[in-house]
Amino acid sequence: MRRFLTGAAWPLGVLALVVAGWQAATVWLAIPPYILPGPARVMGAGMERHENLLLAVRTSAVAAAGGFGVAVVCGVLAAVVLAQSPLVRRCLVPYTILLQTVPVVAVAPLILMWFGSGLRSVVLVVAIVCLFPIIANTTQGLVSVDRNLLDLFRMSNATRLQVLVRLRLPHALPALFTGLRISSGLSVIGAFTGEWFASSNTVGQGGLGYSIIYANSQLQTDYLFALVLACAALGSSFFLAVVGCEWLMLHRWHESALPRETE
Amino acid sequence: MSEGCGRAMVAVRGLSKGYGRGASILEGVTLDVARGDFVSLIGPSGCGKSTLLKLVAGLVPPTSGAVEVDGMTPANARQLMSFIFQEATLLPWRTVLGNVELGLELEQSVDRGRRRAVAEELLGLVGLGDVGGHYPRQLSGGMRMRVSIARALATRPGLLLMDEPFGALDEMTRDRLNEEMLRLREEQGWTALFVTHSVAEAVFLSTRVVVLRAKPGRVHREIPVPFGFPRRASLRSAPGFLSLVGEVSSALRGLDGNGVEGGAG
Repeated sequence: MRRFLTGAAWPLGVLALVVAGWQAATVWLAIPPYILPGPARVMGAGMERHENLLLAVRTSAVAAAGGFGVAVVCGVLAAVVLAQSPLVRRCLVPYTILLQTVPVVAVAPLILMWFGSGLRSVVLVVAIVCLFPIIANTTQGLVSVDRNLLDLFRMSNATRLQVLVRLRLPHALPALFTGLRISSGLSVIGAFTGEWFASSNTVGQGGLGYSIIYANSQLQTDYLFALVLACAALGSSFFLAVVGCEWLMLHRWHESALPRETE
Repeated sequence: MSEGCGRAMVAVRGLSKGYGRGASILEGVTLDVARGDFVSLIGPSGCGKSTLLKLVAGLVPPTSGAVEVDGMTPANARQLMSFIFQEATLLPWRTVLGNVELGLELEQSVDRGRRRAVAEELLGLVGLGDVGGHYPRQLSGGMRMRVSIARALATRPGLLLMDEPFGALDEMTRDRLNEEMLRLREEQGWTALFVTHSVAEAVFLSTRVVVLRAKPGRVHREIPVPFGFPRRASLRSAPGFLSLVGEVSSALRGLDGNGVEGGAG
């Protein structure tokens, strides 16, 4: 715990310096607050409108978490299908790459058109953004099992299901978590993008994406900054939650979770 | 072999194996392993000794010829066999006990409590009774190999197939594990087919050493090992042992280089 605290002291020190420099710059250079509000002003705006802010955060968090959950379930299922044979992979992998290469900004208006504006569409946009890293990493994990272990299971007359459940899935877990780490950050970006296009236009119910557009159009730059910071905080906490789950599930056996030897 | 002796544990008849066109790995290999035998396969690299082991295990199909294990096809005799690989090949997410239980668990032949009891007994036999709750990464290489041996023996195999199981270990650990393999064999009476690079190990463990030649892989010589059991570590320095090691080594030396004629190099 003490090591954690001393470890956290350095980045926190950097943060304090940046905030102080920012505040000083806005005061000394007399920058108008609608161009660059100082940190004190941003804090003030956030406090003042904290109800709206929290509502926006909650709306986006629900959409991001929902889409992330959908992506985990669909991604792992897709990976299990892809892991069945090289032929299946050859047939389908090119199309999973589409998920990665078609810009979500281009797809989001379509989804809005098909599924209406609201949570459902945002969740779908998030799921599309999160899907590819999960599919790609999990598939890699499922198929990269040691040949000798596969032979061992064959020698025990293991069924295909036993090989999947007792060998391939546990072996793919570290790779799955690599995918989840990437997707956790993407999920908030996906929610933001989805809300940008799909949200209802009632201020405060539109999530962070809508609120930021609105704040921008009203030149409420201080509130806009507060929203951007909330966005970053939301993404970071998703990421940390995934890292926490990863530690819980892997730390006992996986090399990546071994404590570094400090000599 | 007459019926009275019981049929061979492993009967290999005219076995050939090639991959694609061109060179075959094994050609016309015929070999009998009687019940209770400990047969070592030794030969230059590329002689197909590991392939032969996989053919007996039924993990790869032969190009021609036949393998019988206890009168059955290898695929039907898997219940009877256990395989020990060069690496310990443990499941890193399972504890030591969980790993030893794996075979029984996959076969679903015994219930959970019995499984645990068997695993604990076997761990005790390989001298690891107190690390059942550890994970493989916490163990040394030698200890992992012991876990692998315990896992293989947990299903009570009649035939143990071993592919250079001690090749990656240091010599002291290897010697100690050799002695323990012999003790376990005395207690449990399995038959063994054992691939190794070490002549001394082959002679120390075996009732018979089979020397293979390469390109294509064939049986070059079968050398019976006359020493009785139990064998002690001191056997390694006995004159008879050393001269037999010399004999096997010279049989191998003839296979070096062009792999056919002795003394050609």
